[in-house]
Amino acid sequence: MRDKTITTEKESRFKKLRRKMYKQRYSYYLMAPYLIIFGTFTVFSVIMSIVFSFTNFNLLEFPSFVGFDNYVRLFLEDEVFIIAMKNTLILAIITGPISFILAFVVAWLINELPKKWKWLMTLIFYAPSISGNAYLLWKLIFSSDMYGYANSFLIKNGLITEPITWLQDPKYVLWIIIIVQFWLSLGVAFLAFIAGLQNLDQKLYEAGAIDGIRNRWQELWYITLPQMRPQLMFGAVMQITSSFGISAVSSEIAGYPSVDYSGHTIVLHLLDYGGMRFEMGYASAIATILFMIMLSSNIIVQKFLRRVGT
Amino acid sequence: MDKIAKLKKIMSKDNVKIKTKIKKKKRLNRSVAGNIVILLFLLIFSVFSAYPLIFIIANAFKPLHELFIFPPKLFPTDPTFKNFSDLMILMGTTWVPMSRYIFNTVFITVVGTIGHVIIASMCAYPLAKHHFPGKAFIFTLIVYSLMFNGAVTSTPVFMIMSWIGLIDTHFAVIIPAFAFPLGLYLMKQFMESIPNSLLEAAKIDGANEFRIFWRVVMPLSKPAWLTLVILLFQQLWSTQGAGYIFSEQLKTLSYALAQIVSGGIARAGTAAAVSVIMLIVPVTIFIISQSKIIDTMSHSGMK
Repeated sequence: MRDKTITTEKESRFKKLRRKMYKQRYSYYLMAPYLIIFGTFTVFSVIMSIVFSFTNFNLLEFPSFVGFDNYVRLFLEDEVFIIAMKNTLILAIITGPISFILAFVVAWLINELPKKWKWLMTLIFYAPSISGNAYLLWKLIFSSDMYGYANSFLIKNGLITEPITWLQDPKYVLWIIIIVQFWLSLGVAFLAFIAGLQNLDQKLYEAGAIDGIRNRWQELWYITLPQMRPQLMFGAVMQITSSFGISAVSSEIAGYPSVDYSGHTIVLHLLDYGGMRFEMGYASAIATILFMIMLSSNIIVQKFLRRVGT
Repeated sequence: MDKIAKLKKIMSKDNVKIKTKIKKKKRLNRSVAGNIVILLFLLIFSVFSAYPLIFIIANAFKPLHELFIFPPKLFPTDPTFKNFSDLMILMGTTWVPMSRYIFNTVFITVVGTIGHVIIASMCAYPLAKHHFPGKAFIFTLIVYSLMFNGAVTSTPVFMIMSWIGLIDTHFAVIIPAFAFPLGLYLMKQFMESIPNSLLEAAKIDGANEFRIFWRVVMPLSKPAWLTLVILLFQQLWSTQGAGYIFSEQLKTLSYALAQIVSGGIARAGTAAAVSVIMLIVPVTIFIISQSKIIDTMSHSGMK
């Protein structure tokens, strides 16, 4: 009996292999359109950007090799880049982890609610991230005169007497960008968490209760988190990538360029050189650094998350 | 026969009862105090999340004198559609007719989204269901491409676009959007849940791969389409085409509306109306398709 199943398995495996080999060409045909576009505008573009970062390409003259000049200039001469780098790291280190945890905590809490409420709450929390330029409202909230909602609130309650110039004062700019980014940050990762939590195996919770889990916090730690690892890893990628890529929020809220470059980020610096000054070699160097930072921080976090709970 | 039917009925009723009992029992380990803490926490955060949106919608219906009262109020006391009609008038005075901006945005969004859903699904199906040399490599590249954003490639994309002569056309925005990696990733993960037996059944019935893809896989991945649609639609709908589109008659609605918003304080009401227009479309799509999107996202995990 056992032998028989093994032989049929072997046979079917062989058949499968043959069938798959026959099918392959269709697979490649089907994938071709996507892969051509993806290959050109993502893979090839990244390679191009790394190659051009060693040249002084400016769209007009033929590029010539300049070695590490662009990188030396970035780190030693370009003070604005250092500010942008510092701001980007501050923004990413604060908004990345906190928005990740926030997305999970909110999703977990929503999951405790009855179904109808779950639907409504998901909508409320997800809506900001898809509402286009509605974050411009924050500009009204933090506008510098006494009609700004933040100022009028503080004045009414006697906390300040003079309106604060929120968006013109380097002291506040970065913090306001962080607040707005939090508001926008419950996006794809948040949905992934909601979905993951809904599909957890309920039997494990019953088994856990028998095994002595006494409250929801223990449940969260011992059952929910380990089971959610795949979603958590996906969510981490989404949040890290978006937190390093903050640009539009800064330029729309704090102005471009912002006062003393207080809201300047690497992406904005890149768009400045690539999209306005057309110093493509220099812009490519900025892009390469950004690429390295995003990729390496994602890979490190992935390695770390993979280790959690094993 | 009758008896059996009755018996079945009774049994199924019993089953339902048992099931509901289990459901009630499922809420294990829940304390009242904990519930209250959770509700409070959610309440605070949902106010933070919803307040600005409600505010901007309310502002769109406020007459000008109510926008600048001190202290500001949330709801209009004298709601009006004047902001929207002002917007219409403003649109009439632009150099390029407003209908042109609307057409441009609709064209980019519709072509980009439909093309993306089809092309990404075509690529996702073999990645999810077939085994072929190079599969792991391709998928790894796609996962890595989730780890950096479009800004990294903006400079080379601009150069490639100018080489192939697509700068200053809608396709400079549309074509890169076709290969939106997150869409492919989610589609592939979703398609893995399609039972193989269905595909094999179709094969036995004599369908070739293209037919299986179009007739079996595509209809079954409808929830995932909606997810791809909402993710890309929202991006393209608000795109300004900055850096790729320079001719005024090719620019998008979002660009035109940004110009109106930058008109300053006197246009605060109109600006709110603009924001409402920009947010109403993606949010409506999400409201309609929320359960389908959640269904897709449950397959999003990384291994």
